Amino acid sequence: MIRALLSRAAAVFAAVVCFAGSAMADEAIGQTQKQSTNTTAIIMFVAFVLLTLGITYWAAKRTRSTADFYNAGGHITGLQNGLAIAGDYMSAASFLGISALVYESGYDGLIYSIGFLVGWPIIVALMAERLRNLGKFTFADVVSYRLAETPLRVLSAVSTLVVVAFYLIAQMVGAGQLIKLLFGLDYNVAEVVVGVLMILYVTFGGMLATTWVQIIKACLLLGGATLIALLVLAHYGFNPMALFADAVAQSPKHEAIMIPGSFVKSPIGTISLGLALMFGTAGLPHILMRFFTVADAKAARSSVFFATSFIGYFYVLTFIIGFGAITLVATNPDFLVAGTKALKGGSNMAAIWLADAVGGNLLLGFISAVAFATILAVVSGLTLAGASAVSHDIYASVLRKDHDGDSSELHVSKAATVVLGIVAIVLGIAFEKQNIAFMVGLAFAIAASSNFPVLLLSVLWKKLTTRGAVVGGWLGLITAVVLTILSPSIWVAVLGNKEAIFPLANPAIYSMPVAFFFCWLFSITDSSAQGQKDMAGFEAQYVRSATGIGASTGSSH
Amino acid sequence: MHNNLSNELVRRVQADPNYIELETKRNSFGWSLSILMLVIYYGYVLMLAFAKPFLGTIVSGVVTLAFPIGMFVLLSAIVITGIYVNRANSEFDALTRKVVEANR
Repeated sequence: MIRALLSRAAAVFAAVVCFAGSAMADEAIGQTQKQSTNTTAIIMFVAFVLLTLGITYWAAKRTRSTADFYNAGGHITGLQNGLAIAGDYMSAASFLGISALVYESGYDGLIYSIGFLVGWPIIVALMAERLRNLGKFTFADVVSYRLAETPLRVLSAVSTLVVVAFYLIAQMVGAGQLIKLLFGLDYNVAEVVVGVLMILYVTFGGMLATTWVQIIKACLLLGGATLIALLVLAHYGFNPMALFADAVAQSPKHEAIMIPGSFVKSPIGTISLGLALMFGTAGLPHILMRFFTVADAKAARSSVFFATSFIGYFYVLTFIIGFGAITLVATNPDFLVAGTKALKGGSNMAAIWLADAVGGNLLLGFISAVAFATILAVVSGLTLAGASAVSHDIYASVLRKDHDGDSSELHVSKAATVVLGIVAIVLGIAFEKQNIAFMVGLAFAIAASSNFPVLLLSVLWKKLTTRGAVVGGWLGLITAVVLTILSPSIWVAVLGNKEAIFPLANPAIYSMPVAFFFCWLFSITDSSAQGQKDMAGFEAQYVRSATGIGASTGSSH
Repeated sequence: MHNNLSNELVRRVQADPNYIELETKRNSFGWSLSILMLVIYYGYVLMLAFAKPFLGTIVSGVVTLAFPIGMFVLLSAIVITGIYVNRANSEFDALTRKVVEANR
């Protein structure tokens, strides 16, 4: 009933736009649904792009200074920032990936979601406010507050760029494949479209445009996912028990989807993944940057609460969506590769096909457009974080630290954005056929093993010195990268060796302790003059981090 | 490079009774909640690793005990964040304001 209504609405909607003629004609001659789907999806996506370009134009007029570019002048409110943080978190990878995980293995998908969420209470209770009080634009501002600036800025910038690069490649490759499938666009064209739009948002609109693109997308994604989940539940008379019972009956795995399964075969592996997910969040540069876009510590804290609530709600929705796909997608031959049980386009398409199953073309088009928008918004945030590392940490604070004036820094950050955008397009094309499953996990592991230990210790542990931070931070980063290369996800899946040298998929359980241990060891044995200076600076830094005295506040208009 | 606080100001703030109260309360509250979250989460992970049959106990229909427990962990992350933010935005911020006003 609802489906029929939505299809009718889709047809009416299509009729008022110019593409309608061809779309209806296609349907009339019995083409596959994909043809008309593309039209709806493309119209909605074009609408999103026009809206966000309009916002970029508006933001560009308000982005004049370096501060505007990096942190939107500190004018973002707690609720807006909470939505933007949630938007950064709800990437296409987590929307499509987690619902696919639930679709494939049921309960195990929830374990993943929980890992992504439990880091937030710790971030808000121990870190958010101190970061806001100490930093200005990037988290390197915080770690280099009392420690020697050059080595820590270089370390932070390198680990930022490494994290951003892996995250970007994962998003770009996902974007290309999704767009190819949903819109029928050529893969390379899709990469260029994403890259160019992201460069436009970031160079012209800076953090203000990047934040608003993220906020709009977060609302669209939350709204779309809510609608799919409600339509699934409506199918079962709003009785989740009936949904679960049907899923058990329909799934080839039956009762096994209701209990933790293969995902947790190795306890050490589970704990290691949990560590990376939990503490990686506290070290992701594009997330940390958002704490500097709000006016004060209070807004920083509120934004974490909003973000956590939205993210938690979103994961409950993906859980319902995954189960809905088990009952409504896997049982419909329209969505399967002929003669098999495999989904068209792979398991990652579970949520997308479910939108079609419960809402017809209109919802399918909407969700496809939202998935595309999601990728755009997330890559924009990542690119801004990467560009800031180049222009603020390397260029302005290391190469030109004796110079004042911020006009050249702004030019460098815009140039860095363009270069990063081009690099992202090239890497996206180069990695098209590669197995990229390890990349987001690796980004989290590096963030948890380099950025997080150095950040936490520099703020809370008086005895951390420059030497300790540099040795521990680099060793954490290198350990995470090397163990990932030796792990099954690269050593076996990418390099084609028979057996992995390092057995775990995620290295955090080793690389995090390595970072903390060497930060500690090389700090307590440090008797250099720099080390004395580092420790002497702690009290003043601590008082500022605790009270905000001397901290920069959002300038008022 | 940074407009560092003067030593004199730092000592004055550190001696301020409001600052001492703020630090004691906030630190113990922040660490307690962080440890609570760690205990809940790693308790859950250990159950996944070592108590799978228990988690597989049927609660109702086809739904196992793993569902309410998982939802509890998920909700606890939101609730703990909310509890901290609520107290920090009222009580701790009021104390911070007093410290800042007294040490301009």
